[in-house]
Amino acid sequence: MAELGGASLILALTVCVYGIGASLYGVRTGRAEWSESGRRSVYALAGVLTVAFAVLELAFLRNDFSFNTVAETSSATTPTFYKAAAVWSSQQGSLLLWAWLLSMWSSLVLFLTRKRMRDVSAYATAILLGFGGFFISLMVFYATPFATTNPAPPEGVGLDPLLRHPSMMIHPPMLYSGYTLCIVPLAFGMGALLARKVDAEWIKAIRRFSLAAWLFLGIGIMLGARWSYAELGWGGYWGWDAVENASLMPWLTGTAFIHSLMIQEKRGMLKVWNVSLVLATGTLAIMGTFLVRSGILNSIHAFGGATLGVPFVVLIGVLILSSIYLVSSRRDMLRSEHRLDSLLSRESIFLGNNIVLVGLCFVIFWGTYFPLISEALTGHEASVGPPWFDRYTVPLALILVLLSGVGPVIAWRRATLANARRNFVIPLSLGLMTLVVLLVTGVADSKPFALAMFCCAAFVLGSVGQEYWRGVRVRRTIAGEPAPLALVALVKRNRRRFGGYIVHIGIAVVFVGVAASSSFQHASELSLSPGQSTKVGAYTMRYVRPTAAITPKYDPAHTGSTLSLGAVLDVSKHGKYVATLTPAEDFYDSGEPAQGSVGHLIGGQPVSQVSMDAGVTRDVWSAIAPNINTPRLKRIVEIGNKTIPIVRPDEGMIALAVMAREYMKAPPPAEFHLIVSPLVMWIWIGGAIVFGGGLIAMWPAPSAVRRRVSVRARSRAAQGLARA
Amino acid sequence: MNGLAVLLTLVLLAAVMAVVSRPLLSARKPDESDTPEQAELEAAREAKYREIRDTELDYRTGKLSGEDYQSVNSALRTEAVEILDRLDSLGHEATDEQQEATGEQQEATGERSDV
Repeated sequence: MAELGGASLILALTVCVYGIGASLYGVRTGRAEWSESGRRSVYALAGVLTVAFAVLELAFLRNDFSFNTVAETSSATTPTFYKAAAVWSSQQGSLLLWAWLLSMWSSLVLFLTRKRMRDVSAYATAILLGFGGFFISLMVFYATPFATTNPAPPEGVGLDPLLRHPSMMIHPPMLYSGYTLCIVPLAFGMGALLARKVDAEWIKAIRRFSLAAWLFLGIGIMLGARWSYAELGWGGYWGWDAVENASLMPWLTGTAFIHSLMIQEKRGMLKVWNVSLVLATGTLAIMGTFLVRSGILNSIHAFGGATLGVPFVVLIGVLILSSIYLVSSRRDMLRSEHRLDSLLSRESIFLGNNIVLVGLCFVIFWGTYFPLISEALTGHEASVGPPWFDRYTVPLALILVLLSGVGPVIAWRRATLANARRNFVIPLSLGLMTLVVLLVTGVADSKPFALAMFCCAAFVLGSVGQEYWRGVRVRRTIAGEPAPLALVALVKRNRRRFGGYIVHIGIAVVFVGVAASSSFQHASELSLSPGQSTKVGAYTMRYVRPTAAITPKYDPAHTGSTLSLGAVLDVSKHGKYVATLTPAEDFYDSGEPAQGSVGHLIGGQPVSQVSMDAGVTRDVWSAIAPNINTPRLKRIVEIGNKTIPIVRPDEGMIALAVMAREYMKAPPPAEFHLIVSPLVMWIWIGGAIVFGGGLIAMWPAPSAVRRRVSVRARSRAAQGLARA
Repeated sequence: MNGLAVLLTLVLLAAVMAVVSRPLLSARKPDESDTPEQAELEAAREAKYREIRDTELDYRTGKLSGEDYQSVNSALRTEAVEILDRLDSLGHEATDEQQEATGEQQEATGERSDV
């Protein structure tokens, strides 16, 4: 079946080449049947890549280790869920996932726009197929998922233990959906510029896809943060890592676009800005994809060595140059139809919000690519760490949250000062009350940024709450509905506005969680022996006893761990029992015979198993690094290495059982990383609110309602003019 | 390449060719329900209606003064009618819609809120 997979890729590449040609021929000659054929090529591409994906997926599920990717990332004992998701844990499989998702989203958008924007669609089709062809070429020529080995090995290596977490398995499909959905607006933006049709229609066509890209990227980012917090042993959810930043940048510019496109829809303004944002977002998505798989920032020397780096750099260069050319050569038709009526207007707040978001993106871009830029300019590699990022992003984040509270209470076009003053009373009061309470209670002493963030969040809650309250009151006055029904009807009727308000609340909640957990965290890294205690913040943690287990008794998730050493910790506060934590460290087979018959069984990269007690007000988090290099434990390994043949891993496990028993009998001091973080859970809750709001904003109104609205509005428009 | 893989590949190829060649072989021209100008105007119309609703909601929730509301609302409705007139001249929203509009007008009692 690998042959079918390989043949599918070649067929897919051929379809891309044909489709690009047919679309361009159709649009240049006006022969609609060729443009239609080009569009259908995208559907055909989706079908062919589905076959290719199914072939690879089946290979994983059937444990077909003749496939190299299956042998390298899966095993017969890997649980089925992780087997199914292991497809995208490799470079090759992830490329196939990317191309497949792109073909599916492209098919959807072209199907939905099949009767409109013929010229724009034809160019967009060619561009989407171009991207598809690029990724398929990478697989055909550099990294095929269908390479095989004959004879097939009897067992696979297994999935990287770090990836055996549900968040991490869903994270790539969400992230790649976001990245590929970013390409859709880029393709239509370029198509609109190429076809010289840059008015309302293309914006309308891609609005929902832009929102969907924003939604999926955001979910992917949240899942990655959750995985980092719950699975990695450093205790944080965001480390300003290059890979994290790569996904955040297009999300920021995508957020800016979602806001500024409303201004273009209403006022015909910011056309250059919007098309530039769309092109930048798509380019950043490609750069994010490139960064993750090139290793460029881990080692600058890997750039030259990584075979995928050069094609990506060429693609990014083409994207940037063509974007600059298209926007500058079409700037006449991108002139704004109106000007800003007033600085005191929602338009100007959105402009401010855009500047902040793009500013944030720029800061992160600079800090992420700085090592590369530094080496190019000076010849010396340099890097910036979290303190640098925090210094510039925290003030910008504060302004962003503040603006998200100002926007809802300012009218479109123009607001009077008197009205603005009246509308700000409640939100400002809430913000000030929060400030007073926090100052009086001393909660936020010496943490000015956290204090400012709490007050801004209260301001946002006040302004959005006020909007909902007033909207429901208006609805009740006119329609006579009870409050709950009025609320539902209000949101249904104004999905964009009130869905967006929910997003703003979610963002405020996320930042409250970030501010609290960053500024008021208590952490301790220390060595403890059984029976010893330590205080972390208001909590006392006592190391009760060690734990030790060997496979197969342990390892219910079939991670392949050979030995697990950990601890039981009792957590109490003011003498009252709170929770019991059981952090552990899992050891793995390195596969290196040179380490000895017992040494190799635990010589692989250990993985920390975090244990935490998560709550609404705080998380108590723990990780352990047990010492397996004590003289007694090392002696057991040495004796085992000398006496047990390398081909008898079962006897090697007996040696590990002896180690485990010895560890329990005379446990050495272990290194603990203990953290008490307030309000971490609100980050995840806020994330869920953000995405719920995004879904509401994205949800289409039924077409029948739209039709009745249009007719009714026409008659009312005429009546209104007659009265005037 | 084994026989089954060859067969499946050929089936896939045939399916692809059938899908992409259909418009080229069909006598029927691909349908675009709206002309580009019509589609553009419809998109502008929907955006304008949304703007009218948003303005009304802004006024009713106290963000716009009465004077500003009248001014903005009047301007928006003028723009909306211009768009509708241009659409009418393209033959869109023909008599059955006008009949519907008449029926809707009879139904409406004064100004009904979009809120």
